[in-house]
Amino acid sequence: MDTDLSSQDRKDLDKFIKFFALKTVQVIVQARLGEKICTRSSSSPTGSDWFNLAIKDIPEVTHEAKKALAGQLPAVGRSMCVEISLKTSEGDSMELEIWCLEMNEKCDKEIKVSYTVYNRLSLLLKSLLAITRVTPAYRLSRKQGHEYVILYRIYFGEVQLSGLGEGFQTVRVGTVGTPVGTITLSCAYRINLAFMSTRQFERTPPIMGIIIDHFVDRPYPSSSPMHPCNYRTTAEDNAAVYPSVEDSQEVCTTSFSTSPPSQCVFTVTQAHFQTPLPVVTDTLKVPMMGLGFSHQLSSSRLSYQPAALGVGSADMGYPVVFAGGLNAAHPHQLIVPGKEGGVPLVPSQPPHAAQADQERMAMCTPLDGAHYSAATPSSSEDTETVSNSSEAKSGSPHDILETIFVRKVGAFVNKPINQVNPPDSPETESPLLGSLHSEGSSGNSTGNTHDDFVMVDFKPAFSKDDILPMDLGTFYREFQNPPQLSSLSIDIGAQSMAEDLDSLPEKLAVHEKNVKEFDAFVETLQ
Amino acid sequence: MNCRSEVLEVSVEGRQIEEAMLAVLHTILLHRSTGKFHYKKEGTYSIGTVGTQDVDCDFIDFTYVRVSSEELDRALRKAVGEFKDALRNSGGDGMGQISLEFYQKKKSRWPFSDECIPWEVWTVRVNVVSLANEQERQICREKVGEKLCEKVINIVEVMNRHEYLPKMPTQSEVDNVFDTGLKDVQPYLYKISYQITDSLGTSVTTTMRRLIKDTLAL
Repeated sequence: MDTDLSSQDRKDLDKFIKFFALKTVQVIVQARLGEKICTRSSSSPTGSDWFNLAIKDIPEVTHEAKKALAGQLPAVGRSMCVEISLKTSEGDSMELEIWCLEMNEKCDKEIKVSYTVYNRLSLLLKSLLAITRVTPAYRLSRKQGHEYVILYRIYFGEVQLSGLGEGFQTVRVGTVGTPVGTITLSCAYRINLAFMSTRQFERTPPIMGIIIDHFVDRPYPSSSPMHPCNYRTTAEDNAAVYPSVEDSQEVCTTSFSTSPPSQCVFTVTQAHFQTPLPVVTDTLKVPMMGLGFSHQLSSSRLSYQPAALGVGSADMGYPVVFAGGLNAAHPHQLIVPGKEGGVPLVPSQPPHAAQADQERMAMCTPLDGAHYSAATPSSSEDTETVSNSSEAKSGSPHDILETIFVRKVGAFVNKPINQVNPPDSPETESPLLGSLHSEGSSGNSTGNTHDDFVMVDFKPAFSKDDILPMDLGTFYREFQNPPQLSSLSIDIGAQSMAEDLDSLPEKLAVHEKNVKEFDAFVETLQ
Repeated sequence: MNCRSEVLEVSVEGRQIEEAMLAVLHTILLHRSTGKFHYKKEGTYSIGTVGTQDVDCDFIDFTYVRVSSEELDRALRKAVGEFKDALRNSGGDGMGQISLEFYQKKKSRWPFSDECIPWEVWTVRVNVVSLANEQERQICREKVGEKLCEKVINIVEVMNRHEYLPKMPTQSEVDNVFDTGLKDVQPYLYKISYQITDSLGTSVTTTMRRLIKDTLAL
């Protein structure tokens, strides 16, 4: 069989197949990063772009691919497979796709290696680019972030499709005949997510606190470790941005684009991969029950973030606000008093509406674009009173509440803090109450805070007004008027104290009368 | 040789026309474009690099890959824009088709002009539906997205049959096969034309209505 092929052709063919395999892996993994990919055309050949296509090489991915291949090439019975799976913040994982690069025995002796095979491999890569955007896992990967991440694993040998569940579908990307066999590229993908992937995520209201354990343990131990589909340029960031290849289950999510892909903000240029900006506001739309994942909502999100990631929050480009709290030893705590100290999300409010936006933007920028000013209304009403009220407040309770509030931004509301009922007697305004009413009257003012203003149309900035019933605006409206804490109610306290003082002389008189009884009692004790 | 002809059909809402057409046309042209040829001595040539980029649709839950060439994108947008305007202005049932034809030029002797011989024609038949409310639109977004996924798979399937492609030309012939006018990529010579179908009669209308109902399954 090989005698028909010249040694030069054979060498060329082997090289083509090897680089084709490496480029295939790059295309697949890059398509699951959760970002839009963009590379530039170049009219002059650079000499380094295999198959005349500008496909960036992520070093870690190349390393993994080479490791899996271990110097071999795809051949009959030896396929190169890229497994794409999803892993939730709770640690459940599920295989989504298996991309297979196989070789069969059907040879095409007549074909010209250096020309036709090369061009057809190039065409096949283009097809792969197109098909990777079309399988259900693509849309899932674009929404990865808080609740789940997408991982990849490369292995070489026999194709293992059993992890895809029943009824998986196959799409053939294409074939290229060569003198030593026919190269086939195909994808088998899980089907029972397909209808859920778009609709359910965006429409199903969240169901709180239910853990559903759908997923069976992987039938075979992974021969190769799973890796997250993400990338950061090491030049920009601190060291150890990328989990080492030995860490099998560490996930490092960078993409927080939870807005619909049409509004994805991430573009990868050829020069460097930009750090994706975490955008928290739209986490309401993150896939939830549709995938049957566990949903310890706010706590899971908190715990999932830096703590589960095994990467310092700074590496994630996480907002400063989270950095303090989420690295705490108890990520499930919602309230971490004092630990966020020094990072009040709602600093003194800007006095003017115009500045409000700028301030918000300025706040957001160091927070990498995340929007947290739930406590700050987008409307310009009463921003002056806002500044007054917040400044008048005492330190720590204010901070705590704001922290809680911040954490709730963009999160599903499972109402751990039951302050839904309107206050019974908002005669006196406690400091806490005042701080929640960021548009409310200035501190210590009496009178019903409801009467101070009427919120006509509350459209909080940077929040999505979506199909989900609970959005930022609704959340804000609902939690706007929490009831007073009775212990902080000054009147009641003052009242009881006065009463106590008044009744003291009487009580003393009574006790004096009963002195003898008391003495007798004391003697019995001795 | 025989001209290969492929037909794709989509039902879209008015504002989805452009994106759906661009998605299909760009996917086809991605496969039918190469890097710029640079001819060297002795008949050899080198090929430039084709970059790609993802494009998210605003009105459809879909992302497609196109060649990174602003000139090509502009040309396609212009053609699709004209098609969309014609479709909207036609009234009637809002049916039409846009064709992307790849051809080769065959030089003829004077006084005959050059012949354009098509070798592959892609036709996209479009049916425009109007929707009543936001919920229907949302469903349409997803459905059309799924349909376009199917179309991309169809296109890729055809492309990978490795059927007739013009021979790689010599330097003197390159303009007969490729469009060398773009500065960063080199698609095969192509032309885009469209045709608006007037309502021809009830039978056609009924068929299309049935198609709409099936597609949207409301």
